[in-house]
Amino acid sequence: MELVLSLDQIGSDDRESVGGKSLALATMVKNGMKVPEALCLKADAYHRYLETTGLGARILMEFNRKDFAEVRWEEMWDAALRIRNLFIHTPMPSDLRTSLQSVFASRLPGESVVVRSSAPGEDSLHASFAGLHESYVNVQGVDSILEHIRLVWASLWSDRALLYRQELGLDVEKSSMAVVVQKLVSGDRSGVAFGKNPNAPHQAVIESVYGLNQGLVDGSIEPDRWLLDRKNGTIVSHFPANREKEMVAGPDSTRLQTLSAEQQANPPLSEDEVARVFRLALQAEELFGSPQDVEWTFVGGELYVLQSRPITSIGAEQEQDSRAWYFTLRRSFENLRSLRTRVESELIPEMEREARFFAQRDLSNLADNELAQELASRQQAHDRWKDIYWSEFIPLAHGIRLFGQVYNDAVRPSDPYEFMDLLGATEMMSLERNRRLENMAAMIRGDSNLSDSLSNLSNPQPDHPFSLALEDFTDKFGDLSCSEELCTQGGDAIVRLLLEMASRPAAKERFRAGDVEALVESFLSRFEGEKREKMEELLDLGRASYRLRDDDNIYFGMIENQLRLAIEESKGRLAHRGNIEVDGLDPMEVINALNDPDYLPKTATVTKVDETNFEVRPRQLVGQPASPGVVRGRARVIDSPSNLFEFKAGEILVCDAVDPNMTFVVPLAAGIVERRGGMLIHGAIIAREYGLPCVTGIPNAASLIHTGDELTVDGYLGIVVKHS
Amino acid sequence: MEQITGSGSRRETLLSEESELEHLIRELFESQKLAVLGTQNEGQPYANLVAFAPSHDLKCLYFVTARATRKYANIEADARVTVLIDNRSNQDSDFSQAAAVTATGTAQEVVDAKRDEVLAIYLAKHPMLEDFVRSPSCALLQIRVETYYLVRRFQNVMELHVK
Repeated sequence: MELVLSLDQIGSDDRESVGGKSLALATMVKNGMKVPEALCLKADAYHRYLETTGLGARILMEFNRKDFAEVRWEEMWDAALRIRNLFIHTPMPSDLRTSLQSVFASRLPGESVVVRSSAPGEDSLHASFAGLHESYVNVQGVDSILEHIRLVWASLWSDRALLYRQELGLDVEKSSMAVVVQKLVSGDRSGVAFGKNPNAPHQAVIESVYGLNQGLVDGSIEPDRWLLDRKNGTIVSHFPANREKEMVAGPDSTRLQTLSAEQQANPPLSEDEVARVFRLALQAEELFGSPQDVEWTFVGGELYVLQSRPITSIGAEQEQDSRAWYFTLRRSFENLRSLRTRVESELIPEMEREARFFAQRDLSNLADNELAQELASRQQAHDRWKDIYWSEFIPLAHGIRLFGQVYNDAVRPSDPYEFMDLLGATEMMSLERNRRLENMAAMIRGDSNLSDSLSNLSNPQPDHPFSLALEDFTDKFGDLSCSEELCTQGGDAIVRLLLEMASRPAAKERFRAGDVEALVESFLSRFEGEKREKMEELLDLGRASYRLRDDDNIYFGMIENQLRLAIEESKGRLAHRGNIEVDGLDPMEVINALNDPDYLPKTATVTKVDETNFEVRPRQLVGQPASPGVVRGRARVIDSPSNLFEFKAGEILVCDAVDPNMTFVVPLAAGIVERRGGMLIHGAIIAREYGLPCVTGIPNAASLIHTGDELTVDGYLGIVVKHS
Repeated sequence: MEQITGSGSRRETLLSEESELEHLIRELFESQKLAVLGTQNEGQPYANLVAFAPSHDLKCLYFVTARATRKYANIEADARVTVLIDNRSNQDSDFSQAAAVTATGTAQEVVDAKRDEVLAIYLAKHPMLEDFVRSPSCALLQIRVETYYLVRRFQNVMELHVK
């Protein structure tokens, strides 16, 4: 069977095997439009690769760890990372490789090409995968083409593509991928045209940048924008960009280059050229029977179409799906760098200020109606920061992934998470806090007088080094570790914790500075000159993302804590009224009841347990491997801050989600089990720092496992065994 | 941090976990005709295939064997048995998609009044075995299940203990 077709060999019957993008290109060629020469690798090649190498079965195993619909987005990141690594490490079977090598060598000899996805079912009126799968620009040489074909295949399994399919209810196991290998035309001006503006149906939109389209598509270059009247093509308005850079083909891949003064002063397109692009969009619309989203490029005076796809019908209703959010899952380096500045210098300080502001108010002195108001404003602040957390902090965490992807591509380590070791060697607040706790524990360990007197609840003199260290600690971290227990129990709770820590040898952080330096050097040594500098910057960004991933939780924890204090104060007062069941009461109902002494809130209804003949006990629970190692020990389920102080050295920390305020018990723990899944969640990061086995993504972990259960935590396989 | 999902729905799934698993087992039993029976004699384990049928409440599994068989002799010597029922299709996808249930319990012959009732259940599932079942040389056995071990997704294991 012919696996590679040229555009003129593709007919409308081929849609299922060549994908919508290839078919659209073929249709345009047949109708005399100017399209760069291209070859299409049919989806059959993808299936053959998956089948012959066994990769298909391994991917299925990745995905069936749990119900696809229940997989959290962070677990999706991880699965996508692991799957991409499988594609990188699995070469094409030799017969397939040999035949493709000869096809590409003879039919596109010596060309720079673009390797694009063309998944069947990718673009239709109902779903648009525009930009969700990968394209690679300026690929040279047959071997490199074949490698990038595998990466395009892998992008079918990228987290954003997976999330989108999850949302549309599409079957991931039935997905497939054809690939277009298209001759790179080095356009001097490029852009996109929307035949119909999703926000104003009587208009068309044209966007344009200097250089290649890549900069516009990945969001790193702001385009000039024109709105046109669809009826007659007149320009309604022009929004000039702040023109600085263009994307050009580099020695390999692409690079940004500063525009000349003349280019900066002038829009990339003249009005005549805008009109030509508009006519092109109309031509495509006529050809395909619906308004199109067209990518195009000018080479001198010649206008090429690079691709054309229907504008989805759902686009008009302002993104009923969350595809816009999934797009934030792909961020360019530039984009992440400015986001980092914003988060570090504006958002986090602001969040900290706000938490301190709330902390200064004495809730017990407020009248009921004032307390209601305070609760409402804390709830509001909490919700606002939660939104910011999703829109700014989480996308910033993609600096970790961006670095991880570059690292995995360059180093090809067998452990797809090796890059985390390079990122972890940064100062995290939680580690600093734990180090100070450990220093105090060491004082107790080495001084039996001190240990005895503390055990008898008598604190040493205020000028004793231990007292000074404790005071210093509470000064610096008092706020941060202010879970309700620490606040009410004050120093005593910390002392109890320190005594427990002192009862066993100090927990070790996993890395010495030297190990990490060697890893860093081994990574950087693969690059030279300007590229090496870029990589250093990328590493720095990755480390900042990693650190903030931890710290933002701590700062957000301060806001959450202030909300919790207000809720507790309020519920305490309502409970005094005697006729209100405050457990599980919704904050809105609390506010209503505070404002109106006669108000009787609706209580939550409890579903009745179905009758069954069995008592269910978990034996072996499957989650995600999040930090390697195997350990057996007693479970300690943490479902409220007060449990934390019962934590005994050598126990396994089991919780719904490791909260920033919990991490100070981690040095005491032998392992961590968490309901939330993913490598990049707080618990996994801190477990890796201490070299503790960690399994995440166990649904209902905190309810299936009970304190005292004997567990084995297998951080290699991602399973937890409950022994009877 | 977690996207808001409505904590109520989580509580509901939790509460119905038992009935959900019971439902899964019931479906698996309906889809399969044969089970692997494990018996032992003097420490030597022995496995073979039997046509099985579950009781309505899933507390028992029934099968029929000729009295001259090794499995019958083994059960006479030691009534403790195990049974494996699974839906594998001998494909790669089994590793992620197949489910298996292991039951442990005690076997005993069904006699007297109860025999007709059990036979009706058994023959409803295996009508082609009518002659075999009614042969005087065959015994109708029931396994009183103590525990089911349900394995899914390659490594996920839940235990269901009969109350």
